[in-house]
Amino acid sequence: MAAGVLSGVRQVLRGPRLVSAVFSCHGQTLSSASAAVKSAPDTGENVRWDLMKPYLFGSRLDIDIIDLEQTAEHLQRALNFTAHVAYRSGIILFVSRRRQFSQLIETTARECGEYAHTRYWKGGLLTNAPIQYSPGVRLPDLIVFFSTLNNVFQQHVGIRDAAKMNIPTVGIVDSNCNPSLIAYPVPGNDDTPVAMEMYCRLFKMTINRAKDKRRGLTF
Amino acid sequence: MPLWLIVSATMDAVSSVKLPVRQIYVSSSLWKKNLAAAGPQKFTQEFIDKQVEEFEVGKRHLANMMEEDPETFTQEDIDRSIAYLFPSGLFEKRARPFMKHPEEIFPKQTAIQWDAKGRPFHFLFYTGKQSYYSLLHDVYEKILAIERHQDKMRNKGLFTSDTKQILLTGSRWLLKEEIEENLVENISDQDYMRLIQLMEKLLSMPYCSLEKEFILKFRKQLEVQSSKYEIPALQYDPQGVAFSVADGRRKTAKASITLRDSGSGNITINGRNYLHYFPVLQNRVQLMFPLLFVGMMGRFDIEGSVEGSGHSAQAGALRLAISRALLSFVSEGEVEKMRQAGLLTADPRIRERKKP
Repeated sequence: MAAGVLSGVRQVLRGPRLVSAVFSCHGQTLSSASAAVKSAPDTGENVRWDLMKPYLFGSRLDIDIIDLEQTAEHLQRALNFTAHVAYRSGIILFVSRRRQFSQLIETTARECGEYAHTRYWKGGLLTNAPIQYSPGVRLPDLIVFFSTLNNVFQQHVGIRDAAKMNIPTVGIVDSNCNPSLIAYPVPGNDDTPVAMEMYCRLFKMTINRAKDKRRGLTF
Repeated sequence: MPLWLIVSATMDAVSSVKLPVRQIYVSSSLWKKNLAAAGPQKFTQEFIDKQVEEFEVGKRHLANMMEEDPETFTQEDIDRSIAYLFPSGLFEKRARPFMKHPEEIFPKQTAIQWDAKGRPFHFLFYTGKQSYYSLLHDVYEKILAIERHQDKMRNKGLFTSDTKQILLTGSRWLLKEEIEENLVENISDQDYMRLIQLMEKLLSMPYCSLEKEFILKFRKQLEVQSSKYEIPALQYDPQGVAFSVADGRRKTAKASITLRDSGSGNITINGRNYLHYFPVLQNRVQLMFPLLFVGMMGRFDIEGSVEGSGHSAQAGALRLAISRALLSFVSEGEVEKMRQAGLLTADPRIRERKKP
């Protein structure tokens, strides 16, 4: 089932558009050459996690280059898992704290019939759910992080909370993120609109195909 | 200063109100119980359905009792029947027996937000404030749509900055409590400010008139304050002489004045000359003061009738009536001056009751 759903993924990932999309740069957007590129000694925060080292080739001109072969494998695994969850009518929650892409992610969630949370994360949303919502609420079965950092470049609270509540997570980890608590990390760029649109498109396609398969229609 | 004024004063939007305004008109949502804060459902849907069923059955019984048609038995008929069957002398109207539809008795609660399988209906359910964030999402969607429209017009070369602007004078943004009532959700002050900022951003774009009805849904019309002073209409005699009629009251005295633009300065009250009717100087001064203030002493002929109370109160009533009649002969600036001098304010003092 995974192969049927994801046959198009390999072609997409090898396309020329991906090359420009996947360069990562410490959480800075590559808008122009004069954009300030902070190097590690200047700012203590933007330090590359050693845990991300296996996924990177290295850095050139202060920009980290991610190994796309590994990204493709991880992405395939993540999309496969998402497809299975969607096939079994699980609740999928898209999370991101990047205000640039908040509208895009909410629209994607609405179009595939899943849920989104791109706003301020209140403390006990997952861990204190019966009181935050109503008793008898059903928690998400999968949380997809389009960016694992929040607006102050710290790890999103949702990752830790999902791990506490035994909810599997899929996350796009950039080179300044910590992939340890995420079940299906996908090393990749989370800064540029091109990359984000690609990820949204892929997840939407996967979920829609899985749901159609469930309903008995096959493409 | 109200919250929405602080927000809009910090924006550089052209269409925001910059002068401080005293909030005279405030809606009832400020005093109503906050529905969203009532907490999770206290009454299950089955309980309320049962109550509705019982109400319908009881309504038919009542109609049969009163020998009326059960099909066309309205709420007014119910009230009338209950008042007849259970007469109550209690002063507090809310303590009297009543029979109303359960929807009016049990407070409106947010229904269960998910279906049988547990999947929530709204795509932003997991944020906690689904209606509010969905509203923000929609507003931003509209902003993007207008930007795309703008780009299209620019490409065609038809872009103009002087498009139809939305009229915002005479209305104010909805208060935080009113928005909470609309959304049935609690929002914080920062949330409210963010919403108003987004609406101001929408208003600052040249083509905002495309979303006029949407924006006006969030504006509340203020009461027209210019009708504070109802200026009596200027009428004309068969001879062509202008005159105006006005009333005035003070303490229990009721007065009615006809101000004629003849040019002699006679004052006739109840058929007698004012010198005879008011022997005391103070009362005559009261009569003359409005004309003296406006500077039209010898211009008018005053014909008045007054009844009730004592001589001082009658003089006060006549003075108010004269000032009101003068409004139709006087300019806007003079009206404001008269108001500040206190000529147009009715004296609210009445006799206090006797206490032991």
